[in-house]
Amino acid sequence: MSVPQSWTPVTSADTAVPTHDQVVAGLKATDEGGADLVQLLTPEGERVTDPRFDRYAADIDLDTLKNLYRDMVLVRRFDREGNALQRQGQLGIWVPLLGQEAAQVGSGRALAPQDMAFPSYREHGVAWTRGVDPTDLLGIFRGTDHGTWDPIEKRFHLYTIVIGNQCLNATGYAMGQKFEGKVGDGSDAEATICYFGDGATSQGDVHEGFVWAAVYDAPVVFYCQNNQWAISEPTERQTRVPLYKRAQGYGFPGIRVDGNDVLACLAVTRWALEECRTGNGPVLVEAFTYRMDAHTTSDDPTRYRLADELELWKLKDPIERVRVNLVREHGVEQGFFDGIQAEADELAARFRQFCVDMPPPAPDRMFSKVYAEPSPTLEAQREAFLAYHASFEGA
Amino acid sequence: MAVLTMAKAINDGLRAAMERDPKVLVMGEDVGKLGGVFRVTDGLQKDFGEQRVLDTPLAESGIIGTAVGLAIRGFRPVCEIQFDGFVFPGYDQIVSQLAKLHFRSQGKVPMPVVVRIPFGGGIGAVEHHSESPEALFAHVAGLKVVACSNADDAYWMIQQAIASDDPVIFFEPKRRYWDKAEVDVSATPPPLHTSRLVRPGSALTLVGYGPVLKTCLEAATAAAADGTELEVIDLRTLSPLDLDPVFDSVRRTGRLVVVAEAPSEVSVAAEVAARVQEQCFHSLEAPVLRVTGFDTPYPPSKCEEDFLPDLDRVLDAVDRSLGW
Repeated sequence: MSVPQSWTPVTSADTAVPTHDQVVAGLKATDEGGADLVQLLTPEGERVTDPRFDRYAADIDLDTLKNLYRDMVLVRRFDREGNALQRQGQLGIWVPLLGQEAAQVGSGRALAPQDMAFPSYREHGVAWTRGVDPTDLLGIFRGTDHGTWDPIEKRFHLYTIVIGNQCLNATGYAMGQKFEGKVGDGSDAEATICYFGDGATSQGDVHEGFVWAAVYDAPVVFYCQNNQWAISEPTERQTRVPLYKRAQGYGFPGIRVDGNDVLACLAVTRWALEECRTGNGPVLVEAFTYRMDAHTTSDDPTRYRLADELELWKLKDPIERVRVNLVREHGVEQGFFDGIQAEADELAARFRQFCVDMPPPAPDRMFSKVYAEPSPTLEAQREAFLAYHASFEGA
Repeated sequence: MAVLTMAKAINDGLRAAMERDPKVLVMGEDVGKLGGVFRVTDGLQKDFGEQRVLDTPLAESGIIGTAVGLAIRGFRPVCEIQFDGFVFPGYDQIVSQLAKLHFRSQGKVPMPVVVRIPFGGGIGAVEHHSESPEALFAHVAGLKVVACSNADDAYWMIQQAIASDDPVIFFEPKRRYWDKAEVDVSATPPPLHTSRLVRPGSALTLVGYGPVLKTCLEAATAAAADGTELEVIDLRTLSPLDLDPVFDSVRRTGRLVVVAEAPSEVSVAAEVAARVQEQCFHSLEAPVLRVTGFDTPYPPSKCEEDFLPDLDRVLDAVDRSLGW
């Protein structure tokens, strides 16, 4: 029986080390977003026009651009502090977002106050845009709680750790918005945004979310941050087609945006949310970006990806291109950047101090709010545990 | 006082809950025009519309996962899983989100969702249509689990489950759907999470739930003809268990037989046995015995007569306990 060439096991010694062409091909695979990539700010900081999306960024004046810069610098700063706190034993784990600041801040700032966001677990930058204090994230990673913000008040759901689950929850929420008549031309129109990664696109729940959102015309923006890596698995292990093209098969628009371009992410997400609020949802947005740090502080990317890749993406840094633009096109002076850096350092210091001061949970914390209506069985366990605990007092 | 089948009683209960609260939604496969494969939701879509009674895409994770999102939005979804064996694609959403969101949010996000599951065998069905997976749910913290056994209970329990701010897995014994009973719609029902003494007796305590409750009552009638009075308790709630009435009973009778269709290992019946020996050790005159399905996958339907606990197997266990 003949075996197709491509199925032949690779055994020869000279293929163990990738050739120059293979390295370049690999780099291009993660580096190039392709012709459909929406971009308003080049990696070199040059504002470029886009006939379709310029109008969604037309109101971005200098102050707004400065604020977006500030958002990204502050988010990156406390994210780096999170990594440091884990290395110093203050956190059990941290999930870094380094490199994804534009994808998160741009989309988060596109949301109207009444919109609802469903994050995965890396969306510290979106949390920031929703007014969730960064210290509210700490308990999750220190092991004192599962998130302390009020998801209804902040319109930012709690982190979802099981990959893809939130795509169905977000779709259900969006169906509720529609059932309540919140889709249309009214000023109170609402939409939902759902965050997930490239790895999640392989999950059944994401597929089902797409199906449900499509058949119920749910006002939900599926916002996929394709950061190229699902822990150690590259996007090519999840898909044959560019992710944004999958939307076509479900019957709704899909678009790929430069995820390191905060202006483009803002403009495209504004468009997508408007589509949803006016009854043309759902929409899939693929923010093409790069996870510049490890999956989590427990991960070691040197085992599975080339250092060259990171160097290439550093040239596309989401913050640096805004800084360059502010300087070159707007003449913003160094004092502004120094001021933001100082503010970022203050935030990091507050973040750190809050973390090290966090008290351990009370002994009976684990019994708290398991049910809305307490279970007598569980109450009995709690009382027995507390009595046992008290028996050590004075010992 | 109306005489209703259990299916109709649940239908009436759903209707009453939907009339009372516009946030109550019914959702599932074929629950709209068809009225569900067992007709439990018959006529609801016609009367409440397609936004209150949703014919969903054919995906159980989707049913539960979107119900979770609707509940976050403030709705009270009642999901129908078509058959017990089809719940597992939705099990992830049930365990990972539905059960945990109240705890994760420390009460800020309640999950008033009911998942109705027709369960158990005895209808001659193909594979996956006759299972008793209740232990898989009762084992999950954050969920409440109940099983109705008769039309009157079903009418009230479904309304109480919908009114609960906790997620409730609602097991309906499908082979009893067409059994009729008197339903008193003006009665004051007992709380949802209570077990109920349904037949007093002094010789032995017989505990069951769902489809086997009828078997237990038949066994008690048969034993009474021989002069042995069995006390029968309907568990009704599987999580949390309400075992105080069982403890009281066993302290009087000294003997307990637990009956269930589910396999015995690591089961609800096993938990009842363990708790009774903890609480009633000095009252027991005999070991606690279990009459259950076997620890096999649910068999081909021509074997189910042997798999399911029947009158003879229950009476055999009663004899063994009394002869100890």
